[in-house]
Amino acid sequence: MTPASRRALLFAPFALAAAGGLGFYAVLRGMRTGEYNPRGVPSALLGRRAPDFILPPLEESGVPPVTSADLANLPGPVLVNFWASWCVPCIIEHPQLMRLSREGVPVFGIAYKDRPEDSRRFLRQHGNPFARLSRDEPGRVAIDWGVYGVPETYLLDRQGIIRWRYAGPITSDTLQADLRPLLRRYAG
Amino acid sequence: MRPAFLRRLVLLLALLAPLPTLAVSNPAEMLSDPAQEERARALGREIRCMVCQNQSIEDSEAELARDLRLVVRERIAAGATDEQVRDFLHARYGDFVLLKPPFAWSTALLWATPLIAMLAGLGLILGLRRRAVPVAPAPLTEEERARLAALGLPPEQGGTSA
Repeated sequence: MTPASRRALLFAPFALAAAGGLGFYAVLRGMRTGEYNPRGVPSALLGRRAPDFILPPLEESGVPPVTSADLANLPGPVLVNFWASWCVPCIIEHPQLMRLSREGVPVFGIAYKDRPEDSRRFLRQHGNPFARLSRDEPGRVAIDWGVYGVPETYLLDRQGIIRWRYAGPITSDTLQADLRPLLRRYAG
Repeated sequence: MRPAFLRRLVLLLALLAPLPTLAVSNPAEMLSDPAQEERARALGREIRCMVCQNQSIEDSEAELARDLRLVVRERIAAGATDEQVRDFLHARYGDFVLLKPPFAWSTALLWATPLIAMLAGLGLILGLRRRAVPVAPAPLTEEERARLAALGLPPEQGGTSA
């Protein structure tokens, strides 16, 4: 080894540490801006039809239940949102759902492992963004969808094919950066 | 020995005995057929708890893990094979739910990592060894030979010991 290459090798640990630091910074930055979600797992249902299910409505919510039949031959894309009154991130997400609902995007809700009276109280307090609403108290239909936490939101195209799944609360950033372009793409 | 002492000793030893750390502590969850229950446990240890992510559903106290334990047991009780139960969960939660991911193009790098690391290490060892082959020292120059002669030393000695 020539003295020059030996000297260069001396800097290798520093270069390695610097690269590691940069990588770590990128991960932290991604987590802050929401571009990188360390717990994010791609849905196994992407590109497939929503699973068949039968769920009871949320009584006295004033909206009809979600059925499998409602998730095919749609006039436009729809969102299916799994939520619960006991779920704190759902409260963070709620204003975005209200916004979408006001803009005319159909948001279908499935209350996950929630008592009907608690679901109703939540909607009275925060408003009801859901055009259709069912409840999955045992949480078994959620398993068929591959839900592993609430809130989780699925975007279905007009044929009822699942095109996008977001685990976690939809923030106004997520709405602008991810959801709006997708809604436009699948509108046609 | 007095019986009181013996009793205390037995209690102490019982405390030292390693306790099984499975989360399935609820007997109502267990299948009545011990063979089926054993299959369900073995299978559950291969299934990742999606909530905690680094535990199997057999080890996790998360509610979803409990639900999935029940799903596994229901399907086994209904006569499903291990493969069918695994496929059922895989269809819903993807590769990530299997603690031992299947071999596919998307996981090839994951599986090949130990082999790649071994080959890289082997290459490093061989490379370093080749470099370590001692190089014969350059022959002494006329000037150096003259200096050695002046010091009263034999001409071809001392060059390599430095």
